[in-house]
Amino acid sequence: MNNPAPGLRESATFDRNVIHEIQRAAETGIYDIRGWGAKRRLPHFDDLLFLGASMSRYPLEGYRERCDTDVVLGDLHAKYPLHLDIPITIAGMSFGALSGPAKEALGRAATEVGTSTTTGDGGMTPEERGQSKRLVYQYLPSRYGMNPDDLRKADAIEIVLGQGAKPGGGGMLLGQKITERVAEMRTLPQGVDQRSACRHPDWTGPDDLAIKIIELREITHWEKPIYIKVGATRTYYDVKLAVKAGADVVVVDGMQGGTAATQDVFIEHVGIPTLAAIPQAVQALQELGMHRKVQLIVSGGIRSGADVAKAMALGADAVAIGTAALIALGDNSPRYAEQYRELGSQAGFYDDFQDGNDPAGITTQDPALAARLDPVEGARRVANYLRVLTMEAQTLARACGKSHLRNLEPEDLVALTVESAAMARVPLAGTNWIPGAAGHV
Amino acid sequence: MAPLATRPAVTVDLTASSTREVNELLASSEAPKALTITNPRGAHALACGLDAELEVTIDGDVGYYCAGMNKHASVTINGNAGVGLAENMMSGTVRVTGDASQSAGATGHGGLLVIEGNAAARCGISMKGIDIVVGGDIGHMSAFMGQAGRLVVCGNAGEALGDSLYEARIYVRGTVASLGADCVQKPMRGEHLTELKELLHAAGIGADPNEFTRYGSARTLYNFHVDNASAY
Repeated sequence: MNNPAPGLRESATFDRNVIHEIQRAAETGIYDIRGWGAKRRLPHFDDLLFLGASMSRYPLEGYRERCDTDVVLGDLHAKYPLHLDIPITIAGMSFGALSGPAKEALGRAATEVGTSTTTGDGGMTPEERGQSKRLVYQYLPSRYGMNPDDLRKADAIEIVLGQGAKPGGGGMLLGQKITERVAEMRTLPQGVDQRSACRHPDWTGPDDLAIKIIELREITHWEKPIYIKVGATRTYYDVKLAVKAGADVVVVDGMQGGTAATQDVFIEHVGIPTLAAIPQAVQALQELGMHRKVQLIVSGGIRSGADVAKAMALGADAVAIGTAALIALGDNSPRYAEQYRELGSQAGFYDDFQDGNDPAGITTQDPALAARLDPVEGARRVANYLRVLTMEAQTLARACGKSHLRNLEPEDLVALTVESAAMARVPLAGTNWIPGAAGHV
Repeated sequence: MAPLATRPAVTVDLTASSTREVNELLASSEAPKALTITNPRGAHALACGLDAELEVTIDGDVGYYCAGMNKHASVTINGNAGVGLAENMMSGTVRVTGDASQSAGATGHGGLLVIEGNAAARCGISMKGIDIVVGGDIGHMSAFMGQAGRLVVCGNAGEALGDSLYEARIYVRGTVASLGADCVQKPMRGEHLTELKELLHAAGIGADPNEFTRYGSARTLYNFHVDNASAY
C-alpha cells in the first residue's frame, strides 16, 4: 500500500481495506468468499521462545545424539493404529478443491517421508489411495462420495465436526469447480454451487456421536483409528466430549487453518487462535487421564519446525499442515507473478481458491491449469519441506535436551507477550508470571 | 467354504450373543445365507456394513444405524427402528414393519428402503440415489438437500419438505405441511406414474399412483445469486 501524501490522515477504523470492502459489497451485493485462513494478526507461535539448555539442563549433541520423531496414532481402540515416522501430517483437502495432480503430489510426499495424508469433502480417489501409504478418510456432513468400500480402504477415519477456518459452518465448492468428474463423485449436477451441510445428517450431539463411532468401528471391524476433528472454539469442552464419544485421536484446527472457499467474515471472525486452543485441549485430556492415550493433532498456521516444536511442547502429539503444504507445492509462487496480476492479485496474496483459476494448477479443476503441476516434482518439494520442518523441530528439541520430539514440554517455553503467555499458559519471558494461572493475578 | 446358497439358515439370540459377534458373523465368509436375530432390544449398529446377498430378519425393535451402509443384503426388521436406519445404504433392500426414527435412509446412494409405518424427521436427508417408500407419514425437513433418488410418502409430509433439493424426486399422497426452499410441486407425467407404480410395487404397497403429487427442485438455488438471499 502506498504511503499517503503528508497531511492525508487515514482512519484507523475505516482504513483503505475497509473502504474497499464496503465499496465492493455495495457494488456486488454479495459477501466476499475466498480461500486461505485468517489473515488478521493473531497471537501465534512466533510469540513463544524456547529456553535452550545451559547449566540446569543438558543439551543433546546436534549431529551425534538421536532425537526421534515417530508417533503412533490411534492405539487406544483400533486394531491397526497408524505408525508415522514424523509427527507432521497432511491435513484434509478435497479432490475438487484441489486438482488431481495436487492430491497425488501430497500423497506421494507423505508416503516418501513416512507420514499420512487426508482426503476431504467429496470422497477418495483411486489416485490418492494409490499414492498414499497412509490415508486418513474424512467423514463429513455432506457424505459426498462416502461409501463403505472406501471406508474400509482407509487407514484411519476422521469424523469432521468443523474446521478452524469456519467452525460452525458448512462447506461450499462453487460451480466453476464442479467438473464432470467432481459432479459424478458427489452425485451432483455439473456446474452447480455445491453446498455442504454444517451438521451431520444422522446424529446430533455427543451421545449420538458415540453410537456413530460404534457403527463406523463395526463396519470396519474395529481396525481403524477414529479421529474427531473440531474447529477451535470451546476447545476444552469439545475435546472432553470427543474423548467421551470414543475418539482415538482428536484433531484441533485453530482459526488460522485454511479453507478452499468460505466467507471472509467467517474466516476472520469465528474461532480462536491455535495458540489458545492447544492448552485447552491438553487440559481436557489430562483431566480425563487420556493425554498421550488419545492423541492430539494440532493444525492451523503451522509453518516451520519451530511451530511444530512449540505445538508439541504445549502438548500436541502431532501437527497437520494444509496451507503450508500448498505453498510448498507451488501456491503463490513468483513464477506465476504475471498470471496472478491478471487475476487481480499478486504472488504472495492470492487466495481466490474458490474460483478455480489457480495459475499454479493446485486449487483448480481446469485441466490445462492442473497440467502445470507435475505431481512428482510437486511431491519432491513437499517432501523436502516436510524434512526441513522435521530437522528444524529436532534442532530445537535437542537444544532443550530432548531425545524425542514428544518430550518437549511447556516448561521449555516462555512467551514474549502478555496475551500469548495467557493463551499458551507459559510464563512471560524473564518472569514466572502466567496470566490467569492459579496463584497469579 | 460352502456356497452361500447352500448354507443353512441360522437364528441368533441377542441376549446370548453380542452385536459384535453377529456383525462379525455376517461379514465373514462363513455367513449363513439367512440369519434371524431375536431379542435385539434396541441394539445399535446391528447388521450394519453388510456386503453380500444375505437375508437378515430381525424380530424386534432396533436402535441406531441398523443396516447402515448396506450393500446387496436384504434386511427386514419386524419392529421399529431407531435413528439412521439404513443410512448411506448402497444397494439391497431394507424393510421395517413399524416406524422409523429420524434420518432414515440418510445419504443413501442406492437400494430400496421400505418403512411400512411412519418415518420421523429428516427422512432421506441428503439422499444420493436411494429409493425410500414410506407407508405412513414423514416428519419435517425430509429429503433436505436430496441429491438423487426417490422418496415416496403414502401419508402426509411434515414441514419444509425437500428443502434445498437437488435432483431427488418426491411423491406424496397426502398433505404437505410446507415446502422447503426451492422445492416446488411439479406435474405428474406418464414416466412419473410409471416409476411410482414400480416403486410401490417393489415396496409391496397397494396405493394408487394417480393419488400422488410430485415435488422436485425449482433449481433456482443451484448457483448463488443475491436476489435469492432471502431463501438461504
